[in-house]
Amino acid sequence: MSSQVAAMPRKTRGPWAVAFAKLATDRAAMASLAVFLIIVLACFSAPLYAKWAGTDPFASTLDAVIQIDGADVPVMEQSTEGLGLGYTPIGPTWRLGNYFLGADSQGRDVMARLLYGGLNSLLISGAATIFTLIVGTMAGLIAGYFGGITDTVLSRLLDVLWAFPIYLLAISLSIVTIAQGIAIGPIEIQSGSLWLPIIIIGIVYIPYVARPIRGQVLALRHSEFVFAAINLGVPGWRILWRDILPNITTTLIVFVPLMMALNMLTESALSFLSIGVQPPAASWGTIIQDGQALLYTRPLVALVPGLAIAISVMALNVFGDGLRDALDPRSKVRLGRD
Amino acid sequence: MKKLLLAASAAALLAGSWLAPAHAEYLKEHRGGTIRLLARSAAGTLDPHINYTDQGWQMYQPIYDGLVAFRKAEGVDGFSIVPDLAEALPTVSNDGKTFTFKLRKGIKFSNGQDLGVKDVVASFQRIFKISGPTSGTFYAGIVGADKCLADTKSCTLEGGVVADEAAGTITLNLTKPDAEILYKLALPHAVILPADTPPEDMGSKPIPSTGPYMISAFDPNKGMTVSRNPNFKQWSEEAQPDGYPDVVQYDFGLSEEAAVTAIQNGEADWMFDALPSDRLGELGSKSMDQLHISPLSAWWYAPLNTRMAPFDNEKARQAVAYAVDRNTLVKLFGGKVLASPVCQVLPPDFPGHEDYCPFTKNPGAKWSAPDVGKAKQLVEESGTKGQKVTIIVEDTAISRSIGVYLQSVLTNIGYVADVKPISSNLQFTYIQNTNNKVQMSVTQWYKDYPAASDFLNILFSCASYREGSDASINISGFCDKDIDAQMQKALDLGVTDQKAADKLWAAIDKQVTDKAPAVGLFTPKRLDFVSKRIGNFKFNPQFNWIITQSWVQ
Repeated sequence: MSSQVAAMPRKTRGPWAVAFAKLATDRAAMASLAVFLIIVLACFSAPLYAKWAGTDPFASTLDAVIQIDGADVPVMEQSTEGLGLGYTPIGPTWRLGNYFLGADSQGRDVMARLLYGGLNSLLISGAATIFTLIVGTMAGLIAGYFGGITDTVLSRLLDVLWAFPIYLLAISLSIVTIAQGIAIGPIEIQSGSLWLPIIIIGIVYIPYVARPIRGQVLALRHSEFVFAAINLGVPGWRILWRDILPNITTTLIVFVPLMMALNMLTESALSFLSIGVQPPAASWGTIIQDGQALLYTRPLVALVPGLAIAISVMALNVFGDGLRDALDPRSKVRLGRD
Repeated sequence: MKKLLLAASAAALLAGSWLAPAHAEYLKEHRGGTIRLLARSAAGTLDPHINYTDQGWQMYQPIYDGLVAFRKAEGVDGFSIVPDLAEALPTVSNDGKTFTFKLRKGIKFSNGQDLGVKDVVASFQRIFKISGPTSGTFYAGIVGADKCLADTKSCTLEGGVVADEAAGTITLNLTKPDAEILYKLALPHAVILPADTPPEDMGSKPIPSTGPYMISAFDPNKGMTVSRNPNFKQWSEEAQPDGYPDVVQYDFGLSEEAAVTAIQNGEADWMFDALPSDRLGELGSKSMDQLHISPLSAWWYAPLNTRMAPFDNEKARQAVAYAVDRNTLVKLFGGKVLASPVCQVLPPDFPGHEDYCPFTKNPGAKWSAPDVGKAKQLVEESGTKGQKVTIIVEDTAISRSIGVYLQSVLTNIGYVADVKPISSNLQFTYIQNTNNKVQMSVTQWYKDYPAASDFLNILFSCASYREGSDASINISGFCDKDIDAQMQKALDLGVTDQKAADKLWAAIDKQVTDKAPAVGLFTPKRLDFVSKRIGNFKFNPQFNWIITQSWVQ
């Protein structure tokens, strides 16, 4: 029996299948992925939720009156005691579609804004991640492969960018562009556009991607298969595209969730400071800012988006860790059949 | 001129009634202790010739003195001018262009130096030498001011401020009569400082003072200690009464929420900043006796750029004025107790104010409800429908929420609107600079002194519009030659007949309101929250709470 088994050709799986199988066994990573996907799905259903609830999450509705158990309840309640100072937005009704999480200081449905806010936060962090990866990878590939003066110039540029504290640079860029937008030749980005935070966040994280990629490309540039390709007269761009890029793909994949988590935090911080997503549009950062003035009476307005950010970032980081382990051939994660 | 003589005799009469024994007796009973004040941050430079903030001006009241002062009293009385370092109100001659003051004798600065006429001359020169923020406006009418403005360093105000050492008099010569000059002389920018005060912004370094208190310590990041001036002897109870507390300790850095809690716990006595909106309900019901609501001569408004589309069209501007629901804005500010809806420029109970509101459902004296139908019709007629409008607001909770509301209003009447919150430190200068092409903004104006011109002439005269400048306070860029001529006429008329001038200002107010270069939103009120131990709370309409006229024991 044993000799027969030994004689049978063993069917080995490819590296991607192995990685996927490793990842599938990582319960923490898979649970995090599931949580993140649920958040994404919920946020992308924001327009449907608002339509179903019959609410406009971007319009002030201070005079709105809603029905709870057959009774009319104003969305903004005036204090009736003493001097009758101030208005307090309605608290959570815990009824889906009817101010589930209550209202903010403009009388808007917090639940609908939370979903729209999440949609914007995800779109910005996702798009900024793609921007950073594309520009960072190109910079790393060119600097690492061509070396010499090209490497020196690119590396120094990255050093300059790296030298600024990330948030200081992002805040500075945002303040400069927030009111007037960007107009460079034919490219014009309006001041309220989501492209502004996307590009700003994308730019400030370029060194985070470009420097490790450059290091890997430098090592690969001196490997035998690259020398062989050069000696065979293969053009540089083809070597980069066909030989080097596939060898750094795993690094890039691991970057995706980690960068997205970082970008989400940065976007929230900028929006909290009024220099990211602009009102009346929402992001989790702007909702926290709106809720800051209601911390004493309606703490959920600020707490829920804060929790959403924390859960999303944690899910992305745990999934990113799992992905890194799965894609690392030296990883100690062992699969039963391999 | 007649007005000034009448004011002088009225002041003399009132001075007698003010010398009632109450203050002296109360002083014996309540003198001493420390009043503890809180603010999120310091008010900027300590230099009274430069500082142009409510916070600073309020604190200077028991510290510095001018030749004249606003009476330290509540209600309308607090707007009247009384002699301070001068023995009496000035004698006026030369057709209202010359004012002669006789300086009181025996007054000393907190550093022991005697006050003399040379200090007065030097202080007026210093206003120009340091390029004071109001040197080119309030004091530009002094003879020689033009030369001082052109060459600040060698300013002498020759012929403008003349001292007679032997007689102890100071003569102020103006290029033309100015009905408001005494108000301007009663502001902190014209207080008298020692002649040897360096002609530069003193920043965090206290300058010796003549009032009952002096600044004894200051750290812009921590706080300020104001203690008794050992050289002070009360000379006029109505201009500069002695204070009750021995020390006023002003601490900086605590958030508004924390400040409220500190006052509730008796760890502090008062906070400068506005109360957080989510604490209003609780304080209004549980701490009623610790709250003081006082009217302010102020205006929250939305300037519309009359030199840029779509608001270069009068109908488009009027459309916005019709569409805005002032009740909603009042709600956002905390309710009817804290603000009142307005349509016009001049605040209620202000000189020249006559109730007027053309932009409401039933036009007349008062605003009643928005007329969105009329607004939409005007937008159609103006041909501006669908145009893009950006509203620039301050990055504060209240300003942002007003901006978001106005964005909803503009969208509703047919514009494509968005809101940009900008840091509070930058927004006011940003919206003034025409290079920034601001179409609409939200801002506030608080009176410098009680005169209609301080709103109408400053905010809407052609001279207040300066292309490309951060100091173009006519934010709307409104310039109507006819209205401008009427404003000049009202200013001239005020020298001889203030009542007639105020009538004219009322007419000007209506004309400006009709043209809608700005949309009046509401008139705010001041809400002061004090600790339980604060007694004798008095609110002066010019400089707010008179801190040292309250006691803590």
